[in-house]
Amino acid sequence: MNEQDARQAVHSAIGQVAPDVDLAALDENSRLRQDLELDSLDFLRLVETIDESTGVDIPERDYNTVTTVKGLIDYVASRG
Amino acid sequence: MGDFRMPSLGADMEHGKMVEWLIKPGDFVHRGDVVAVVDTDKTVMDVESFEEGVVAELLVDVGTTVPIGTPLARITQTPDDDAGHAGHQPPSQQAQVPPPVRHLAHQLGVDTSEIRGTGKHGAVTRADVERAAAARPGPAPPGATAPPGLGAEEAPPAGGRIRSSPRARRLADQLGIDIGTVPGTGPDGAVTEGDIQRAVRGRGTPVPAEEALPAGKALPAEEALPAEGAAPAEEAPPSEAQDRLSSLRRAVGSLMTRSKKTIPHYYLSTTLDLRAAIAWMLLANQQRPVASRLVPSALLLKATALAAREVPEVNGFFTDGVFRPSSSVHLGVAVALRHGGLVAPAIHDADTLAVDVLMQKLRDLVSRARAGRLQRSEMADPTITVTNLGDLGVEAVYGVIYPPQVAMVGLGKVMEQPWAHDGMLGVRAAVTATLSADHRVSDGLRGARFLARIDELLQKPEEL
Repeated sequence: MNEQDARQAVHSAIGQVAPDVDLAALDENSRLRQDLELDSLDFLRLVETIDESTGVDIPERDYNTVTTVKGLIDYVASRG
Repeated sequence: MGDFRMPSLGADMEHGKMVEWLIKPGDFVHRGDVVAVVDTDKTVMDVESFEEGVVAELLVDVGTTVPIGTPLARITQTPDDDAGHAGHQPPSQQAQVPPPVRHLAHQLGVDTSEIRGTGKHGAVTRADVERAAAARPGPAPPGATAPPGLGAEEAPPAGGRIRSSPRARRLADQLGIDIGTVPGTGPDGAVTEGDIQRAVRGRGTPVPAEEALPAGKALPAEEALPAEGAAPAEEAPPSEAQDRLSSLRRAVGSLMTRSKKTIPHYYLSTTLDLRAAIAWMLLANQQRPVASRLVPSALLLKATALAAREVPEVNGFFTDGVFRPSSSVHLGVAVALRHGGLVAPAIHDADTLAVDVLMQKLRDLVSRARAGRLQRSEMADPTITVTNLGDLGVEAVYGVIYPPQVAMVGLGKVMEQPWAHDGMLGVRAAVTATLSADHRVSDGLRGARFLARIDELLQKPEEL
């Protein structure tokens, strides 16, 4: 999957899990937990939503490589 | 005949605002039917009827705030109790649209009188309403503005109800927009504030860009979104969102003040060894699709519920000078709402649930709490509460007990820590658990036993 598609999938998923996040002004260096305030249940839903839309299943052992928006986009782009 | 009254939806609730009636005179309601939506200072909740019979009269208009106990509707046992009312021989059209279906029709903006029912005796069914909604030329097909991955076929949620946040509903209400006509772009097609704002723009009302609002800050609704023909500025009341935040703070403040004034708290803290629990969870999760993966909170909540059953001094209510332990463990879970505020609804009988079931209930509860869709009983009866603030980063949290409960458990951040064991130093996943408990009911010794039991139970995660 190219980076643009991955970005779109990630943005869409964040929009669903955290509707209050302003996607247009989203800094991709934002940390999912500290900056976007996603708790562990939100994060699980994010992973689930991305899996549904892109088929990229992020296993738990890789959770610590996808702590930022950018990290998530790169992960999806490289495996989708 | 009985009155349906404004119920108490939590110890801190003094009044509630009628947001929506899901019944009307002439409807037959069963005990347990959801009949109204009520806004407390904290959240918007579905409220069910304790009475069974025919609705004779609605006594409170939508938008009215009344103290708890105020009669909201008159419900007669049989239509004959109140012969003058429509209930006796309800017009056939009304009788053939059950309340949940009419509610759906209302939300979808469909006029049920124009639908030919395909159900029993010509009753209008959900499917009829959904077909009518689909056939109607809407402002935009639901899929048109939906993000990729949220196809039009997914847009109407399975339950038939239009999902929307309380803020979105309030905004729609303020702006006179029928939320059922707004295509939702949120989770599962939920209608968000942004959708309402787009709908307003579509109808030509000026709306300042929402980008101007700092994330997480309350929307000053009146300033940001003047309704058509808005009142002159000097007549504008303080914004509803600000009002709500301050009334939420007042509600929390008054309850916590009461708690601190009347409950002699004592505090304990211990570090729970999560090595076994996390290892077990990671292994279990490897075999699972994302949707059924566990999070550490599920294991921690289950262990807490089991320990609460074994140490009854932390589980129950202190009322009128007497402690009444509860035979069930209804575990309150403090849920932070994304726009500020906190609710602590209950997972019922948490001690008896398998971890998987508890996990699903936790996900469901949190998503409904955030969407403002909690049931009355969930808010009213937790027997002990857990706050899981550690999920967002702090190492330890010392809670304030929700009266009339007698204990609050605080769970910090799960993290790897240096751990000395048998003279060796290693690294383990661990979490700081705290207990705030009521000294009128227990002493530190029992409290310590409770925390120690949580730790012991977590050493055998497969038995949880």
